[in-house]
Amino acid sequence: MRWWHPADIGFALRSKAAAVGQATRLLLRLVAGLGYVLKRPGLLRDQIHFLGNYSLAIIGVSGLFVGFVLGLQGYYILQRYGSAEAVGMMVALTLLRELGPVVTALLFAGRAGTALTAEIGLMKAGEQLSAMEMMAVNPIERILAPRFWAGLIAMPLLAAVFSAVGIMGGWIVGVLMLGIDGGAFWGQMQSGVDVFQDLANGVIKSIVFGITVTFVALLQGFVAKPTPEGVSRATTRTVVMASLSVLALDFMLTAMMFSI
Amino acid sequence: MQPSKTDIWVGLFVMLGAAALVFLALRAGNLLTLDFNKGYEVTARFDNIGGLKPQAAVRSAGVKVGRVKSIGFNDQTFQADVHIELANGYAFPKDSSFKILTSGLLGDQYVGVEAGFDEKPLASGDTVTNTQSAIVLENLIGQFLYGKASESSAPKAAE
Repeated sequence: MRWWHPADIGFALRSKAAAVGQATRLLLRLVAGLGYVLKRPGLLRDQIHFLGNYSLAIIGVSGLFVGFVLGLQGYYILQRYGSAEAVGMMVALTLLRELGPVVTALLFAGRAGTALTAEIGLMKAGEQLSAMEMMAVNPIERILAPRFWAGLIAMPLLAAVFSAVGIMGGWIVGVLMLGIDGGAFWGQMQSGVDVFQDLANGVIKSIVFGITVTFVALLQGFVAKPTPEGVSRATTRTVVMASLSVLALDFMLTAMMFSI
Repeated sequence: MQPSKTDIWVGLFVMLGAAALVFLALRAGNLLTLDFNKGYEVTARFDNIGGLKPQAAVRSAGVKVGRVKSIGFNDQTFQADVHIELANGYAFPKDSSFKILTSGLLGDQYVGVEAGFDEKPLASGDTVTNTQSAIVLENLIGQFLYGKASESSAPKAAE
């Protein structure tokens, strides 16, 4: 783009605005596709299997190691102030409020988001989407909407698994390895974690992140250049855009939810 | 809808996620200790509430019997009005005293209730004035210094 030519700047701005408009229209059509998806639950079930079950391995193992690290670091810092028994509460609050939804969303973007973008991009490159339109099958309803709703359903479940496995990991390190009293571990956690303030807010965050990541992945696949290079570029863009959006949204949601 | 062999895997995945949520709510959170029954409301007037916050516990003999619902300022009496919700199972005499105590040395502040000797119990909407305010560090230091000063001047006056 030749920035010293006003025509080029005008063109770039107009095409950016058009891209935002196209993305918004796609989002609205995905949300409106709920009726179609509910009439064909088989599609939804297959997509939940693809997005959720296959991500379970990486989410579970990552949650375990994140829990281990939180337990270790928390113990080292808290025992300087004699509050080593608060490790349980620290691990639980960190996971439920922040790390659970955010890290799960980042891993989901990397694993499931790239798979979605590549699949849709390849379908577009192979002209399968146009072929479907020829047969009077709406590709957005048939292909994209089930994936969108499956991502929305799978993300909170994955985030819950991440947090639960992380808390177990913190328990393994804190109680079994470092010798903190098990009763104090769970007791302090239960007194410090509020179901509505912490757990519910974490679930809301994971739903918002699920919408964001899945929508970015589907959008990038849908507007990818229908060439192999275009598909691989779109995959990279998915990860970058989804990760940045998740982190920015996390800050905004935290400011809204946890303000004093 | 045709049954498919992915059905069982998807079902297991959803059940695992739901089980994780239930585990978090019950074991990590305080769902089991939440009390959804309404209690009866009492207003206590304090000169100084210190660091007392809404949702703070109200304990008697160390056991939680209620919580602080809201705190307001009364510009007729220039005192703090603390609205307390007490659980329905506990009845306290009308002359019970309310104190603001601290749990541990650096802990949160809570309201402690000491039962009085009256026969009539506290009813919903009552106002309690038999209260003791939170300990304010500056007042304590002032009292200490004043006591020290009068202690050193009393022997001099006696001479």
